[in-house]
Amino acid sequence: MALQNLDRRIIYILIFLAVSIPLIKPIGLKMHISENVKKVYSLVQETPENSRVLFSFDYDPASMPELHPMAISAFRQALLKKQKIVCTAMWPMGVQMYEDVVKKMKVEFPNIKYGVDYINLGYKAGGIVTMQAMESDINKVFPTDFSGKALSDFPIMNNVSSLKNFKYVLSFSAGAPGIKEWVMIAHDQAKIKVAGGVTAVSAPSILPYVNDQHQLVGLLGGMAAAAQFESLNHFKGTATKGMDAQSLAHLVIIIFILMGNLNYILLKKKKERGNK
Amino acid sequence: MKRNIPLLITFIAGFIIIISEFIPHYPFGSVKSGLEGWFLIISSFAIILGNLNLIKVNILKIKFKSQNWKYSYVTLISFTIMLLAGVFWGTQTKSGILGSGSGIIAQIGDKPFDYLYNNVYQHLSATMFSLLSFYIASAAYRAFIGRTVEAKLLVFSAIIVMLGNTSLGFLITSGLPHSLDFLQLPNISEYIMKYPNTAGQRAIMIGAGLGIIGSSLRIILGIERSYLGGE
Amino acid sequence: MKKLFFVILCLSSLFLFAEDFSFSVKDNPNDNGSNLILQWTKPADFNGRISIKRTDDSGTVNISDLAKNYKLDYNLHPDKSYLYSFEAFSKDGKIMFDKKVEFKPVDNWFNAKKLPFLIILLLISGAIVYYIYSAKSGKELYIRKISGLESMDEAVGRATELGKPILFVPGINDIDDMQTIAGLTILGQLAQKSAEYGADLIVPVSKSMVLSTAREIVKESYLKAGHPDDYKEDSVFYLTDDQFGFVAGIDGIIVREKPAANFFLGAFYAESLILAETGFSSGAIQTAGTAMPSQLPFFVAACDYTLIGEELFAASAYLSRDPQQLGSLKGQDFGKALLAFILLTGVILEMLNIHFLKNLLIIK
Repeated sequence: MALQNLDRRIIYILIFLAVSIPLIKPIGLKMHISENVKKVYSLVQETPENSRVLFSFDYDPASMPELHPMAISAFRQALLKKQKIVCTAMWPMGVQMYEDVVKKMKVEFPNIKYGVDYINLGYKAGGIVTMQAMESDINKVFPTDFSGKALSDFPIMNNVSSLKNFKYVLSFSAGAPGIKEWVMIAHDQAKIKVAGGVTAVSAPSILPYVNDQHQLVGLLGGMAAAAQFESLNHFKGTATKGMDAQSLAHLVIIIFILMGNLNYILLKKKKERGNK
Repeated sequence: MKRNIPLLITFIAGFIIIISEFIPHYPFGSVKSGLEGWFLIISSFAIILGNLNLIKVNILKIKFKSQNWKYSYVTLISFTIMLLAGVFWGTQTKSGILGSGSGIIAQIGDKPFDYLYNNVYQHLSATMFSLLSFYIASAAYRAFIGRTVEAKLLVFSAIIVMLGNTSLGFLITSGLPHSLDFLQLPNISEYIMKYPNTAGQRAIMIGAGLGIIGSSLRIILGIERSYLGGE
Repeated sequence: MKKLFFVILCLSSLFLFAEDFSFSVKDNPNDNGSNLILQWTKPADFNGRISIKRTDDSGTVNISDLAKNYKLDYNLHPDKSYLYSFEAFSKDGKIMFDKKVEFKPVDNWFNAKKLPFLIILLLISGAIVYYIYSAKSGKELYIRKISGLESMDEAVGRATELGKPILFVPGINDIDDMQTIAGLTILGQLAQKSAEYGADLIVPVSKSMVLSTAREIVKESYLKAGHPDDYKEDSVFYLTDDQFGFVAGIDGIIVREKPAANFFLGAFYAESLILAETGFSSGAIQTAGTAMPSQLPFFVAACDYTLIGEELFAASAYLSRDPQQLGSLKGQDFGKALLAFILLTGVILEMLNIHFLKNLLIIK
């Protein structure tokens, strides 16, 4: 009876404790690296030096815990591989996400130069329509960078006029417009490689795009994948720390599911006995 | 007349978009991108409409002292502060009408808009999202009951996937010999996600795709008019 | 004699099989005349560099990224003629080969690569149109029961009884998403019922374009129900474009106003469970519908009724019982059968190592 009427606040308190305790005192559990994460890692790793690559920040602070660590690790990996990173955002708040990533990168790589090693094209409304226009002519969609300077003034944009000039697109996507739209335009139309990261909640619906046609080269789904990606990059970021919390939270949820079922079985038996 | 003109526009625009998918020749390709450009322009201007509506609704609530009218003050004040901070001192690398606000940056470390964004907005937004973890637990407790055979299977696979996605799953089965690698929880979880889950997702996507074709045709042919407000 | 014959044979084979320089330009088929394919060959032992320049009336441009033996030159105009100069230089900078080719891209009238899709589209659309017109001629059509839509009367009745409002959320995507339009068509029917029963309707939206459409729909529905004076313009209002700001706003409405019935019909992302669980805790009857596969489990867990994928799009036809609209659903069923047939055939052919169908349906 007590189980049946379990106050949801008790569930909330237990979840709160399961999340907060490992964050304060990490346990350091080991993890298994999934195939999809390895594929994203290899894509960045195997792209030659000086290649132009496109990073699209299609998320906002709400999904930062899951997507930001992915963006940081990928940006770091691309810089280590000396790739030239062109950044854009299909979400208005994505620009701030980019700023934060760059701020962190400048501490580790003080010599990177804006306009040479990386550039920010900024946000443009329109989602898939903007991407489509980028496929035919980037300069028409983004005549200037985020600060208003002509793109032709930056060496990184030399010979870049279309999506086709990029070796790959990485989209960190919390919804639409995001990775799905990049698959439709960058892969299906411009025929370039697309990969990226999504929240754990939306991963199941994006996974079908990792297929034989390689619509997506690989996919980072949720914090678990972000932590695995960090581990491949030999980098201990917030996702690695968050994994312990997530593991315990999952465990608590599993316990609640089992309790709910136990409660159901007990009630059913009681009912059967009553009928007899 | 009021109905026929929008119906005609819908028919022409819809038809052009469909055939331009198969006809690359000028003007079809460019008409499509032109129409998409129009949508962009209209939706950009519509943002003003939305914001005006937000202001109007909240002013009216205060004026007529409607239920919970005090909350409207919070909305209007927050809206005005963020708007003015952006207009006066700009955001990030862009300056506002009063310049870049270097004096304020020296005081608070950021432009006012960015300061509010980083210290207020980001946390509020992340708080809303993190409610999800609490709600998932309570919804799972309530709804994830193995009443039928199918539901039991669902509960069982859900537990495997959840464990497989965490370090715990790896820990539980890490003692298995190399030849039984396929029985490792993360591998079983990946298998469930890759095959049965993908198959189900695709079935829903195909059904939805056909639904979209059907609805689009009804709209293009003018049979479905409720989006215009009915007959 | 034998030796001489052998030497001649060796020399001639060397001459026959040694690859020399060549350069050609051809049209990229099936496009709008904005691309040309440049192809070249070079001897296997060539270790110099090659250069390709494109000249038109606006000047000369160097073509970069020539690591492979072909290059797609894009952003061209079909009405212009382009002169390509191919030059191969030895390691010490001497020209070993040069060739000039002038070419005009062709603006094609049909993308032949998409022919299989056109056929499938025509078959499905043809079936839909056929069933629409056969329904028009009075043929009786069966449609299975969709409980989520049957519940609408119950929800409106309950709201009227309790004197509480009905909350309708048409998703968080813009009007260019078919799910939003499907949600709005249901809003029309719901608004009409609310007007008839005299129940209050609250419609918060997250996109300005949806605001104007939703308003027009609700207004027309009140007019149709014969209660134009009961229509309140501010019952449909804009909250914010921001995903979680929008959720916070709606959660606030649910907690304060305690609607008797909640309808979440449209495109939803991570906010689905936050909305549905708050609605559940307020004790409202909840109906949700979306074509977002990843959000459906959340709605199923927390709502009383859920419209799954295609059911959302079928709602308008189901509610209006208009034979023409019902006919289109029958056409969709034909599409489903056709796709199931293609899928099964494809699986069998692939198992037999025959890749014809797969290659036919992949646009390279």
